[in-house]
Amino acid sequence: MKKAACQAAILSLLTSHAQAALNFNLQSPATPIAHQIYDLHTLILLVCLLIFIVVFGFMFYALFKHRKSLGHKPANFHQNLPLEVMWTLIPFLILIGIAIPTTSTVLAMKNVEHADMNIKITGHQWVWEYEYLGEGVRYVSNLSTPRDQIDNKVAKGEHYLLEVDRPLVVPTGKKVRILLTSTDVIHSWWLPQFGVKQDAIPGFIHEAWFQVEKPGIYRGQCAELCGVGHGFMPIVVEALPSEQYDNWLKTQKISLTEAANTSEKTYTLTELKTQGEMVFLSRCAVCHQANGLGIAGTFPPLVDGTPFVASAEVTTPLEKRGFWKNGHIVLGPKDQHFDILMNGITGTAMQAIGQQLSDIEVAAVISYERNSWGNHTGDEIQPAEVALLRKGAVK
Amino acid sequence: MKTSRYYLPAPSWWPIVGSVASLMLASGFLLLLQHTPAGPYLMLAGAFVLAVMLFGWFGAVIRESIADKFNDQVDVSYRWGMSWFIFSEVMFFAALFGTLFYTRHFSVPWLGHTPLLWPDYHATWPTAGPGLTTPFTPMAAWGIPAINTLILLSSGATVTWAHWGLKKNNRLQLKIGLALTILLGVIFLVLQAHEYLSADFSLKTGVYGATFYLLTGFHGAHVTLGAIMLSVILGRVLAGHFSEKRHFAFEAVSWYWHFVDVIWLLLFVFVYWL
Amino acid sequence: MTSVTLPSHEHTHPSGVQRWLTTTNHKDIGTLYLCFSFAMFLFAGALAMLIRTELFQPGLQFFQPNLFNQFTTMHGLIMIFGAIMPAFVGFANWQVPLMIGAPDMAFPRLNNWSFWLLPMAALLLLGSFFAPGGAVAGGWTMYPPLYIQGGIAYDMTIFAIHIMGLSSIIGSINIITTILNLRAPGMTLMKMPMFVWTWLITAYLLVAVMPVLASAVTMLLMDRHFGTHFFDAAGGGDPVMFQHIFWFFGHPEVYIMILPAFGILSTIIPTFSRKPLFGYHSMVYATASIAILSFVVWAHHMFTVGMPAAGQLFFMYTTMLIAVPTGVKVFNWIATMWRGAISFETPMLFAVAVVCLFTIGGFSGLVLAVVPVDIQLQDTYYVVAHFHYVLFSGAAMSIMAGVYYWLPKWTGHMYNETLGQWHFWLTAIAFNITFFPMHFTGLAGMPRRVPDYALQFADFNMISSIGSFVLGASQLLFLYTVVKCIRSGNAAGEKPWEGADTLEWTLPSPPPYHTFEIAPVVK
Repeated sequence: MKKAACQAAILSLLTSHAQAALNFNLQSPATPIAHQIYDLHTLILLVCLLIFIVVFGFMFYALFKHRKSLGHKPANFHQNLPLEVMWTLIPFLILIGIAIPTTSTVLAMKNVEHADMNIKITGHQWVWEYEYLGEGVRYVSNLSTPRDQIDNKVAKGEHYLLEVDRPLVVPTGKKVRILLTSTDVIHSWWLPQFGVKQDAIPGFIHEAWFQVEKPGIYRGQCAELCGVGHGFMPIVVEALPSEQYDNWLKTQKISLTEAANTSEKTYTLTELKTQGEMVFLSRCAVCHQANGLGIAGTFPPLVDGTPFVASAEVTTPLEKRGFWKNGHIVLGPKDQHFDILMNGITGTAMQAIGQQLSDIEVAAVISYERNSWGNHTGDEIQPAEVALLRKGAVK
Repeated sequence: MKTSRYYLPAPSWWPIVGSVASLMLASGFLLLLQHTPAGPYLMLAGAFVLAVMLFGWFGAVIRESIADKFNDQVDVSYRWGMSWFIFSEVMFFAALFGTLFYTRHFSVPWLGHTPLLWPDYHATWPTAGPGLTTPFTPMAAWGIPAINTLILLSSGATVTWAHWGLKKNNRLQLKIGLALTILLGVIFLVLQAHEYLSADFSLKTGVYGATFYLLTGFHGAHVTLGAIMLSVILGRVLAGHFSEKRHFAFEAVSWYWHFVDVIWLLLFVFVYWL
Repeated sequence: MTSVTLPSHEHTHPSGVQRWLTTTNHKDIGTLYLCFSFAMFLFAGALAMLIRTELFQPGLQFFQPNLFNQFTTMHGLIMIFGAIMPAFVGFANWQVPLMIGAPDMAFPRLNNWSFWLLPMAALLLLGSFFAPGGAVAGGWTMYPPLYIQGGIAYDMTIFAIHIMGLSSIIGSINIITTILNLRAPGMTLMKMPMFVWTWLITAYLLVAVMPVLASAVTMLLMDRHFGTHFFDAAGGGDPVMFQHIFWFFGHPEVYIMILPAFGILSTIIPTFSRKPLFGYHSMVYATASIAILSFVVWAHHMFTVGMPAAGQLFFMYTTMLIAVPTGVKVFNWIATMWRGAISFETPMLFAVAVVCLFTIGGFSGLVLAVVPVDIQLQDTYYVVAHFHYVLFSGAAMSIMAGVYYWLPKWTGHMYNETLGQWHFWLTAIAFNITFFPMHFTGLAGMPRRVPDYALQFADFNMISSIGSFVLGASQLLFLYTVVKCIRSGNAAGEKPWEGADTLEWTLPSPPPYHTFEIAPVVK
């Protein structure tokens, strides 16, 4: 057991070294704005370096030459107006020199007009959702790094923590305007190679834009602390040449129609549980844990009979829905289970996650929860049930 | 001859008593927020201990003052101290007014221009926000609030009149002036309470309700404190304290009262009227 | 008036526990603040060790994200409110009355309350680790709506902040009044030691902005429990509004944490250069300019929230401007050293390191001030590097410098110079190993407040962690050196530092319980 852990540790050390280059600077720019930012940073860095060398050149000279141990006698001067005026004015002028090119970049970054397309990006705890406005294409983008890699049970892949199941796809050479918002807390959509970072504020829309120069895959991360999953909601953008992008968009629209049709199918409990487990691990386990036991005092367990003590804000809504009694979690009625998923629990971290999942995903994950870890309800929920509920359940 | 040494008080238990009181108050409030039955009692106990501290500490200071232990330098210290304390209170209210300003000038208009999320929202003021649609009646300025403005302005005049009485050694004028000021303060509070009870909106009525009750509520709390302090001063006057030349405690409380009055004027203009 | 007979003291002095609970003596209270802050520094430092242990390698090895976020949040809160600020107040208490020739603070009893409020706040804050759900985990900046989601610990933290705020406000009123009213005759404002000036200005900042923080966390509490919608769009509010109110406090707060450090540097550097401080008047004006400007730069912490370009530009210009008076101070310190007769006792080693390393922090601050570059660097490890350079190698190392400088006066003993030098070199080197690589990880794209990271950041994180373990261990050496000095050591004499010239060095070491009961005459 210890040996296996050691081996895993060494393996991860070696793998991480193989991937880890010593990166000293900003990532290579992929948009015109990112180029401007890169150059601005280089300019400022050089200015700072120069000033540092000059100023501390003086200081270290004094520290070496003007030492008591060398017999140096102290002078008595303590002011020099021309000198002081000069070293106030020169930095001021240097700053103006930096401010001028910066101002035009700031204005350019805020100019979202004449965009070729608009994408609404919604931050959730803890995934990004992309909606191509006007195209009817909308999907969620999940971290796809396996949990085993995070838990150091297997070696980490090359794009550890920077890979998703469904990247954002955009065309190259077109001005893409993004509209950021959130459904819960503040997130931030950050793509270093684009020079784009925009906070996603719940209830508000904030805009940014980018124009990708070359096809490729670009990776970023959430850049505003949003809870336990903050480090685990990456962004991947795949930039395709215009024509390929158009084809991709077409296939998206086709598969949307297909997905709507799967709501008519009937599934066995085993099928539901298999798919449900996948949904659970990618969307629910971050709080409720893979073993369904949650985190004491914070995230409730889902296993019938488990003790759970937390503040009234957390336990009272559960109690009302029949899921908590006398300090223990109870597997409550099916319709309340739906309610929790479809509408979330206001005032807690449990959000209306059902709104981000398809009918089959909701059906599968509830079936999985009600029949795992010692829960034996035998409930099989079908997607059609969920579709019906959705019509009535949306607030 | 009055001492020329700066008075240094002896070691004292009051600060630690006050610190424990603050812990009790905070813990009690915490339990209250968790709906624990012990909460309100612990808070009450903490408030009681705090009251004991205030009584004891201020009592010690008053005794030291009467025993002529404070030279002119100490008097100047108290003046600086009270002025900077009032400045800190000004900054507290500045943040609250800042909240009102930001909401009215930025967040509400921006929400009105966010059709993607709030398609039916018209950003006017007063508003409870795009997500809360129950109608409510905002507070009108030119009813009781206007009367309250006259009341507080008058109370500023009465306390000044009382001060003039004190400086002329006219104790009757002093007592009547003070009593009138307190009375006006109490009437103000009663009228505010009436307004609160007859309002059809609460703290939860979006950002209008939140800012309204935040600003007027904290102001009312300060009026209450001011009225209590004025009562203490009146009590001291009746006990024969203060001379026409030395009466800093009176001045300090009257400064506080004027501050409370100025805040009300700003409230009246920016919360009720505009 | 010919001679004055001092009456015997009107009070006797209790001893033991009662002495420390009821003291109205600025020296005792200074000691209480310093001991409290050292304990908090070690606790928050231990949290940092836990953080760096988890970040030693990619993957989650030791702590789940929930607990990790508690560590990072509490590390920040405790270091700022429990370690740095109380330490500087401790210096103010010990030194301000001595340096201006005053018998004590203006309000000695109020002074005691300022201190004793802090352990109560600490009980609430540290106790929150044991609350259901654990301690706050939303970042020391407490942004809603994330802050609205948390459990009872979040309320405990809000109340702790209220209590600490009260302590700071009354403490600062005390300091301002003392400096304005109790200076010895002949000590005009422009004859005050720089340390006193920096504390006068810092106290003013505190009185101005702590109430603003109080209002911000009160609104948080109301949104959490009373159904208000200050920070909720559905009710017409805005989460970003909290950020504006918070940073209106938060930016002056960082100057509150550095101006006293500047005061300490302005005391130590002339002493060990054996030369007067260069440009005393411009130092005063520069400090005042920094304080005034600090009120109009706050939104540079918020460039990515979506504010209009006009806002970004305004705050960028004001932030860049603040570099000018700060630069003036650095030049003045170097000009003080220039053509002096410099010796390198431990306080001077620390002071010189601060000037150099703080400036690096200043440069990274300038980089961050430039909006387009900030868009790349906001919320990354570059920011973590920046503020540790200004707060650790700026504020904390100045505190260390001041401790070594004044320990002989406070205790009557010389500290062990060899141990002091070991502490310095270990700290300075380990500090840079820990934090310099963070500039690179930030530039390369590592976000902050994450328990795990992509593989390209692994090497620098490992280097940082190793540096941090050495840095942490070195502070135990500091503890040992300080305790050893308190208990024993060569007699310090009145003035162990040849070049020192402020009033405290005219007194015995340690000074009597009451000093300057007759004001000295200052020419």
